[in-house]
Amino acid sequence: MEELLNIFVKSIFIDNMIFAYFLGMCSYLAVSKTVETSTGLGIAVIFVLGITVPVNYLLEYYILKKGALAWLLGDAASSIDLSFLSFIMFIAVIASMVQLVEMIVEKFSPSLYAALGIFLPLIAVNCAILGGALFMQEREYSSIAEASVFGLGSGVGWFLAIVGIAAIREKIKYSNIPAPLRGIGITFIATGLMGIAFMSFMGIKL
Amino acid sequence: MSLFSSQDLKLLTNPLNMENPITVQVLGICSALAVTVKLEPAIVMSISVTAVLAFANVIISLLRNTIPSRIRIIVQLVVIAFLVIVVDQILKAYVYDVSKQLSVFVGLIITNCIIMGRLEAFALGNKPWPSFLDGVGNGAGYGLILIIVAFFRELFGSGTIFGFPVFEKIGLYSIGYKNNGLMILPPMALIIVGIIIWIQRSRTRELIEKNL
Repeated sequence: MEELLNIFVKSIFIDNMIFAYFLGMCSYLAVSKTVETSTGLGIAVIFVLGITVPVNYLLEYYILKKGALAWLLGDAASSIDLSFLSFIMFIAVIASMVQLVEMIVEKFSPSLYAALGIFLPLIAVNCAILGGALFMQEREYSSIAEASVFGLGSGVGWFLAIVGIAAIREKIKYSNIPAPLRGIGITFIATGLMGIAFMSFMGIKL
Repeated sequence: MSLFSSQDLKLLTNPLNMENPITVQVLGICSALAVTVKLEPAIVMSISVTAVLAFANVIISLLRNTIPSRIRIIVQLVVIAFLVIVVDQILKAYVYDVSKQLSVFVGLIITNCIIMGRLEAFALGNKPWPSFLDGVGNGAGYGLILIIVAFFRELFGSGTIFGFPVFEKIGLYSIGYKNNGLMILPPMALIIVGIIIWIQRSRTRELIEKNL
């Protein structure tokens, strides 16, 4: 239990998807105009990460990894290594999950669907989602519970980052920024500064 | 009928400035931050992205009337993943050193949102030849920004250009100059892109965002 809590806190603050790895920047920059829409997208990302990471974990440990097919083929499986297929398998899982989320959002919240526009299908190519699956593969979590907690934690970290920048952008409207820098320009620079601040979390061991 | 009408030429030149994928459409930022520490990988990356984007645009444009819209994302991703694997193999065969430097990021072209963004916004509604030009133009616009950012980060971060020690040759170190370590870290790439946007928008004033 303690281990799970550690992974959760670590994936939110120390290994934050946006500030530590700069993954998922496109939708982060484009949808963060108001706190409301960014909350919606953030929840969608938590949901997609929370589902795809454990599903990909099962794929990795029961099909792709070297010798993972032992449950099916017995000893003959020890030489089978399908890990070169992991990219295309992961992306297929992610794409189908995103399509599912798109249908759910369209059905239950048409206003959110209209506000998110092209960025809802673009969650499929949000690097944070594929990045989550690849980090899961790289860090070799020992159980599906750890993988799920990691997925949820990364989603929550991404959610906090996008809501944070959206709040800053709502306040920044009232300040006197040079006209050419308004909007996306100042957002880039603010994110850079937030990134420098988040670098102070690096190297902390829980 | 000429091969390039004025409309076609617009498709090529617009993404360089007025519709730049990075500074105006805000697509494909992740890779722009990751591969711009040095110039050489930045250039190889822009060429790979341009190739994948142009051919993915053509393929999706050819298939646009047969893809059911409910499953279009999966179809698009399969096409992109297939092209990325081809590019990866070509890089490994001909420029092995650079391919090792880029490692993961060639794979991450799959999740580069420029490609999905252009497929959704352009190729799904246009004929193959304009889609091809749109792909080349957007790839070039992406490459332009990548090369500018990489130039400054390599020059001030490591004091070199294409690995050639410029600052050492002109004797900056002997008078007490030090490389700026912050330039190598990812946050600096964001700030440089922010400054590029600032300069671009003060020159092309119609790009300034009004309703903020």
